[in-house]
Parts: sequence; structure tokens; C-alpha cells
Amino acid sequence: MSDGQPIERHTFAVLVANEPGVLARVIGLFSGRGYNIESLTVAEVDRERGRSRITLVTSGTRMVIDQIKAQLERLVPIHRVRDLTEEGPFVGRELALVKVVGESGKRGDVLRIAEGFGARIVDSSESSFVFEVTESTEKVDQFLALMAGLGKLEVARTGIVALSRGAKGIEGE
Amino acid sequence: MSERTMTGAEMVLAALADNGVDTVFGYPGGAVLPIYDAMFQQNRIRHVLVRQEGGAVHAAEGYARSTGKVGCVLVTSGPGATNAVTGLLDAQMDSIPLVCITGQVPTHLIGNDAFQEADTTGITRPCTKHNYLVKDIAKLADTLHEAFHVAKSGRPGPVLVDLPKDIQFATGTYRSPDEVSFSYRPPHEPDPAAVEKAVAMLAQAERPLFYTGGGVINAGPKASELLIELVRMTGFPCTSTLMGLGAFPASDKHFLGMLGMHGSYEANLATHGCDLLVCVGARFDDRVTGKVSAFSPGSKKIHIDIDASSINKNVRVDLPVVGDAGRVLQNMIDVWKAKQYKPKAEALAAWWRQIDGWRARNCFAYRRGDPVIKPQYALERLRAAIAGRDDVYITTEVGQHQMWAAQFLPFDKPNRWMTSGGLGTMGYGLPAAIGVQMAHPGATVIDVAGEASILMNIQEMSTAIQYRLPVKVFIMNNRWMGMVRQWQELLHGGRYSESYTEALPDFVKLAEAFGAVGLRAETTDQLDQAIADMLAVDRTVILDVAVEQTENCFPMIPGGAAHNEMLLGPEDHASTDPTAREEGMVLV
Repeated sequence: MSDGQPIERHTFAVLVANEPGVLARVIGLFSGRGYNIESLTVAEVDRERGRSRITLVTSGTRMVIDQIKAQLERLVPIHRVRDLTEEGPFVGRELALVKVVGESGKRGDVLRIAEGFGARIVDSSESSFVFEVTESTEKVDQFLALMAGLGKLEVARTGIVALSRGAKGIEGE
Repeated sequence: MSERTMTGAEMVLAALADNGVDTVFGYPGGAVLPIYDAMFQQNRIRHVLVRQEGGAVHAAEGYARSTGKVGCVLVTSGPGATNAVTGLLDAQMDSIPLVCITGQVPTHLIGNDAFQEADTTGITRPCTKHNYLVKDIAKLADTLHEAFHVAKSGRPGPVLVDLPKDIQFATGTYRSPDEVSFSYRPPHEPDPAAVEKAVAMLAQAERPLFYTGGGVINAGPKASELLIELVRMTGFPCTSTLMGLGAFPASDKHFLGMLGMHGSYEANLATHGCDLLVCVGARFDDRVTGKVSAFSPGSKKIHIDIDASSINKNVRVDLPVVGDAGRVLQNMIDVWKAKQYKPKAEALAAWWRQIDGWRARNCFAYRRGDPVIKPQYALERLRAAIAGRDDVYITTEVGQHQMWAAQFLPFDKPNRWMTSGGLGTMGYGLPAAIGVQMAHPGATVIDVAGEASILMNIQEMSTAIQYRLPVKVFIMNNRWMGMVRQWQELLHGGRYSESYTEALPDFVKLAEAFGAVGLRAETTDQLDQAIADMLAVDRTVILDVAVEQTENCFPMIPGGAAHNEMLLGPEDHASTDPTAREEGMVLV
């Protein structure tokens, strides 16, 4: 159904019952219907009501994006689906842990870049640092590109978590 | 006083009874023995012992489809559950409400590759509407009630409850369904503004068409009555999908027959040429649309569906109306009356003249054979033999015979036609007929079958005999997997790879071996008597009708073609453009 339509990237916030299999249902929906998952994060956010929140970044044509929302809403343990990209401004952040291993002569450059991105040093040795950087995906990508020129990298990223801007919450209140 | 202490196994039976179940289709095994033991000690629920778990699910589908109730299945762990998978997906594709209870190994053995263990919830997740693994007796009663609620709410579907054996033995407190509140609440009432807009579009239309599907049947018999009212009120033509047959009476002059790949010429050309297409409870499936880019190119489209994810999935529509088909139809009728709308009489009359011209083409005509029985003739004679009767239920297997049955047998009421539409499961018809007959003991239930399909679940003859079900198996025997053969002829150069059955059983002797009646008709002069005998006998019966071996099912829209590129008969297919043929070959 992609004939000619542009591909859009959308971030979804999904409130689900925290029960066994719910993540498998969401992932199975995406793999079974051939949708992309660019990033997915999940954690419990309301222990009392047993709710977890999934943040999901996907891409597709307009028709596919609408279809993804409708298909998610159809799953029984899913309480709320918000297309954050569609519904207005939102903030998205991801956390990356970045290990930089390199020559001691470049340590000054490494620290200067880290400072510029507000990255925290969480570990260091004679030949390495581990930085923690929390930023938008684009900023994290930039950080990694700059560091790549200064040493060997190992990276762990969480994928995006996101909230809408302003007072309105996911339940619509 | 509704709270009672009981075992998990007893809770299962209490929950089934409280949810209106009177018949369960199943097969025992190690992991469900406690439930079968509890079954033995009660008499509220009948159990029908099938001969393979797949048969149990199709039987429950037949039961559900013919009654509007939730069908119920009980099978054991491991192979019991995996054998049920095809039926579950069949019910999922055709929106049939089922609750399937599977036994599971005890909770402490889950994940240990125990005997007859399968990851049942994992395997069935994509082929059920929802499923549960119950690991706590305190949650069992509520889960069972929720399973029934989910199965029948919104767009219906199969729900599976996987129940470890230790939970069946455990003791807990049971409460009844009216004490449970459910968080699953799919939308039901349509948006009034959308309904008003839809009705205004009806009043504006010059070449309108109703395209109705299984959703109307799922919305209950009242929805069918409302559909009839709306169609007659507007005077618009109406076509139906395979799954929707019977929702609108075939004998009504507004009915154009089925649309789609093997639909009528008039239905498909009306779909192609209309300026307003009103889809009620159907889903623009590829068997209906053919080539999507050429589907009903000049029309505005209204899509009424209870499942928002069906809308704009395959075909972009102009006006979605999300809601129960019955509710939407009622509201549309109310608005039409309140606003005193009138159809555009002159334009509509011209549209009908055009449609009558297409009708005159008589697209289901075929060359009569003699003494060889044409399959279409066999169905015409069956149609004549059951004409005017209200108590006839038809099930089918899958293939050419299924399409001919849809073309040649008229359905004037909903819930009389049970067929595997979405999944196309060969072997569906016989167990489904058993389910229908269990629900309607005095009715005439006929499985229109092919000789290949019937062998896929032939073991269920034994079930029919055990419960003295006078199911009638009407085999149109052409010795080929007819639809495979047809596609090989039209698309694969006549290379009939593996589609001919070299060693068929003698179906008369086979029937007799099961304890049923076996009949045969080999020539046209034997046919009417054989059909009369089949209908008269009050026992399970197989009628083996030898039909023309190389007959193809027409009309046909070849894969990848548009509705106005329909092949009407054998003389047509030479004209198929070879490049279009290659494109179509990759489609199924």
C-alpha cells in the first residue's frame, strides 16, 4: 500500500496492563503484519493499577501509521494508544552508555566533547571512559559520530521514552 | 450466595453453564482429566466427543455461526492444543465467537519440556482474539467470564484459556459473571454525525450499492431485518460477500448475488460502476476487491464496521462509521425517515436498467451435460429439492464446490450458511455440520463437499454416528482438487501437478463402514432420486455424486485483475493478457 505515499516516522505512547505476554502481543502484531519497529521501551509506570507504558517508534505510510494505531487499540490488554507525533508537540529522550577506548593523547578532546553534550562520566580507566548521555535520538547520534573519531566505541542505548508537552496526559485528562 | 467454594475443574463447568453454554465439543487427555471428571458428575452441559481436536473447533464454529451463541471447545495440552490451532485461526479470520479451554501441564512443570507440553498461549497468540494462561485459582472464575465477554463483544473471535492441571485440582472461591466488571469495552454506538453524513450521501447517490458481509450476521438477526428495511426503503441494489450470504434474502429483487472472485457478473459490474459503495460489516478482502487500484474506481465509499482496524486497511474510504452493524442500520433508518429523504428516482431507475442489462447476461449459465452430471446441475437439483424450506442449513468444505454452492444455493435468512471464508480451511464442512446439527436437532443439515476436502476430517463421520446426527454429506466428486486444477489450467499451462487423486475410497462403502448410509449418483437420470433418498433418510448419510471432471468455476476474476476483466466462461480465458497473467500468478 506504499504506492507513492511518503514514509513518515511516528512515536507512539501505549498504556498497557502489566501482565504476562503483553509485550509479546505488541511485538507479534508488528512482526505478523510487517510493520517496522525502530525503537521500543517498556517499564511499569503505575504499580497500583498494574500499568506499564510502552514507547514505540515506527515508520510507514500514512495509511500504515493509522492502521498501526487501530491494530494496537484492538488488543484486549491495551488501555490507551497515543500517536504523539500526530497529536502535538512531545519530548523524546533516550539514554546511552558509551564506552570510549583510545590513546591517552586524545583524552582532552574526548572530555571536551562530553562536556559539550552534558555527558556524565560514570566510569574511567587509564585507557577508557564510560559516558552517560541523555538526549534526543539525533543528539545521541551526533555525540556518537564525534566520539567515533577519537576511539573505539561500545554503545548501549535504551531507545526513546516520550511524553507530550503541556498539561494534557495520556488518559486525556 | 453466589460465592461458592469449589475446585478449578468444577469452576470451569460452573462458568460454562453461567455463560449459557449447553454443548461443549472436545477430546479428553491427561491434562484435562479433572475437568472431564467434573463433567461426568453433572448434567447441565452436554459433551460431544469428536475424533480429532480440529474437528471440535470447527464443530463449535458451526454451532456458533448457526445460533449466534459462543461456541465452546475443551481439549488437552500439547497435541490437543496444536490440533486446535487451524480451527482457532479459522474462527479468528471469520469473526466467530469461541471459547477454547486447553489443559496445560502443572505450573511447576511449565517450561520443562514436560510430556505433552506446548507453549499454547505463545502458539495461539496470533490466531486468537485473546488468550490467557491461568496460574492462580483465585483468578480462574473471573478469567473464564472475561473470556466469554471478550469472545462476543465488539468484533467476535476465538478466546483461549490455558489451564494447568494443578489449578484444575486447586480449591477456590467461585463467583458468577454478573459480579465481575470487565475493562474491555469496544465501541458499539456509532457517532451520530457520521451516521447523518452517511444518510445524506445515500440521498445524493445516483448509482448506489450496498455491499454487506458477515458483520451483519454477527450483529444478530435483527440487523438482517434492518438491512432489508433500509434496502427496500431506498430501493438500492445489494450485494454480499461469501460470509454475508443470508443476511439479505437471495430471493429479493434488490439482491445481485455474491461479489468478488467468483461472484456474479451484475454484482461485480455494479461494484465497478457505482458512485456510492456502502460497505456494511465487510472488510474489502482481496477475494472481493481483486486489483485494489482498480476497485470500484468512481465511487465514494462508506465503511460501517465495529472494528476500526478494518477501516482503511485495504481500501481508502471516504466515510468511516465505527459501530455495531445493527445499531448503525437502525440509526440510518431513523435519520432517513426523520429527514424525509427520497432516493434520486430517475437516476436510480437508470442504474437499475443498467444492472438488469448485466443480469440478462445470465452469468451462471453453463453447458448442460447428459448423462454426465455437471456440478452446477447437481446443485440446481439440490436447490429444487430443498426449495421453500426454512429449516435447511448448509455447510461447505473449501474449493470449487464451495463457490458453486455460494452461487447456486439461495439463502433467505441469516445463520443458515456456514463456510470457511477467510482461512479457506478444507475439512471445515463435516465437523461444522455436526455442530449445526447439535444446535438444531430437527433441521436438515447438508455439508456440500468435494471428495478431496471431505477426506481431511472424514474421521468425524464417527462422531456423527455416535450422536445419531442425520448430517447429509453431499460430495461433488470430480476426482480432482478442482480449484487447484482450475488454477493450474488457467495460470500454469495445464501442468496438473499433484492435483489428481489416484486412490479415492469407495464413499458408499466408507459410509457403511462408519455405520452411515451410502448413496451414489453417476448419471443425470439417477440424481433426483439419490437427492430425495439423501433427504429422506433420518441417519448420517453420504451421497457421492460423480460430476464432470474438468468443469471450471465461472465467472472468475483472475488474480490481479479488476472487476470489469471478469472471465465469464471457458471461451474467455484465451483472451487473457499474458503479462497480466504473470502478475496474477504470484497472488493466491
